[in-house]
Amino acid sequence: MLEIRNLHVKFHNRDREAVAGVSLTIHDGEILGLVGESGSGKSVTAMSVAGLLPRSRCGCSGEILLDGRELLHLPRRSLRKIQGREIGVVFQEPMSAMDPLMKIGPQVEEVLDIHLDLSRAERRRLALEALEAVELPDPAGVYEKYPHQLSGGMLQRAMIAAAVVIRPKLLLLDEPTTALDVTIQAQILDLLKKLNAGSGISMLFISHNLSVVRRLCGRVAVMQRGVLVEEGETDAVFHHPQHPYTRRLIAAIPTRERREESS
Amino acid sequence: MKYAAKKIAAMLLTMVIVSLLTFTAFSLISGDAAEIMLGTQATPERLAALRAELGLDRPLPERYLSWLLGFFTGDLGVSIQYKQPVWDLIAPKVLVTLCLSVLCFLLIAAVSIPLGLWSASRSGGALDGLRTVVNQLCMAVPAFFTGILLSWGFGIALKWFMPGSFPDLRTDFFGAVKYLFFAAAAIAVPRVAMTVRMLRSTILTEMGKDYVRTAVSRGSDRRRVLYRHVLKNSLAPVVTFLAQTMAEIVAAGIVVEQVFVIPGLGRMLVSSISNRDYPVVQAIVVILAFWVVLAGTAADVINQRVDPRLRLGGDA
Repeated sequence: MLEIRNLHVKFHNRDREAVAGVSLTIHDGEILGLVGESGSGKSVTAMSVAGLLPRSRCGCSGEILLDGRELLHLPRRSLRKIQGREIGVVFQEPMSAMDPLMKIGPQVEEVLDIHLDLSRAERRRLALEALEAVELPDPAGVYEKYPHQLSGGMLQRAMIAAAVVIRPKLLLLDEPTTALDVTIQAQILDLLKKLNAGSGISMLFISHNLSVVRRLCGRVAVMQRGVLVEEGETDAVFHHPQHPYTRRLIAAIPTRERREESS
Repeated sequence: MKYAAKKIAAMLLTMVIVSLLTFTAFSLISGDAAEIMLGTQATPERLAALRAELGLDRPLPERYLSWLLGFFTGDLGVSIQYKQPVWDLIAPKVLVTLCLSVLCFLLIAAVSIPLGLWSASRSGGALDGLRTVVNQLCMAVPAFFTGILLSWGFGIALKWFMPGSFPDLRTDFFGAVKYLFFAAAAIAVPRVAMTVRMLRSTILTEMGKDYVRTAVSRGSDRRRVLYRHVLKNSLAPVVTFLAQTMAEIVAAGIVVEQVFVIPGLGRMLVSSISNRDYPVVQAIVVILAFWVVLAGTAADVINQRVDPRLRLGGDA
């Protein structure tokens, strides 16, 4: 459903290309993990798909095809019809990604308000459903809360609700669990798995944490310095890493955790 | 509501402190009002009689308290120069200055907020340099000079108003407001320039924040991002800035009232200072201070209504 062909992204103020020829495919209903250290170009790849690169400050080439439609060079106006509607994004820091002066409810509804012509009551009903689907206790209460009144884990659930409320085809998750503590992290991963199994939404999950990716993703791609160095079934990559960089990443997982993972 | 009540209590306390400082300062510097009033005709007997009449023979704390209570009863003492009750002298002038300040404040808010939005949305364009120059120029020109230019341009050349003949506020309200408008504009120009620059930089900072990226990722266009998200988030510092502007308006008003010959508190203040008419000066200083403190309190209360994060304690 999503195909990235030979993507190059270069920021004008940098010498090296942030993304130097990446090709990736995400199939229907699949969760693809994209891993790499910071600066490896994984986030920039995701932002190109979401149409969030600052076009005036970078140059890009290649193709990004969503169900056959090219996104990378689409005019802003047409791109806005796809943003949110067909591609939802969840960012790393739920606290700063939310408008601090807007209640959770209207933020969850925003994407409905932009793309669909629904009555206020209908929007509210869908928002409450979405808040319930992400397993937030007391959705009606959360609807009326401001971001600073919720914990990080609850906020990230609300962010996920805001992204999936309109049932997009693809969900981009840019390190969505990095800012959360480990127990909450596990809960969010379970939730994403459930959403994927329930609605068949495809996901691109970005992380620097291989053990998190292993828990969630069927397939994994590894990036280093703007280039894809390895790609394959998660288990295969874990047990028989081909590239030395992947081997180093796996070696970097704390040993005790690795033992638990493989048992 | 609790927050507002707390702020108002703090405001009252500030006012008491301001009045105490004012009263003490004038008691220290004024010397003897009775001596000034009698001038060369002062004899020990007449001085003593007048002091008793003015209440100057009483101890300082007692005089302060009765003066403070006078604000609530309208009895602010008697002017040395005019031998009339202070309140009767300044009441019509309070109204004029109030009109001038409010007009000026509305003018600043009404012009600078749209202009700031416009300036921010055009940032990086070809006109950016020109805008900066105009902005700097407006900020640098003092209000009295703009005032002179405006009286000459709109008063003498275009004859839109008659500089020097201020219509009576009660008989010709619109004429008076028209007259005051030009004075308000003179005060407003530099403040508008500052507010625009402030709002512009606040908006540009907000535009770089994560929640803006979230809004864009949902398919919001620039207008929606600006009006639904950024504007509200940019407002708090602007509201605070506008409240400080109230103090500036009051200060600039003192000068501009001279330039436009407006019979307001500012003119009264200047002439009372030169005539050492301390009861009048004291009253005006406290009234102006009250006006400024009131604006600050209003800003705090408004900000707290806009930003839920400031609603501490059960209120949220």
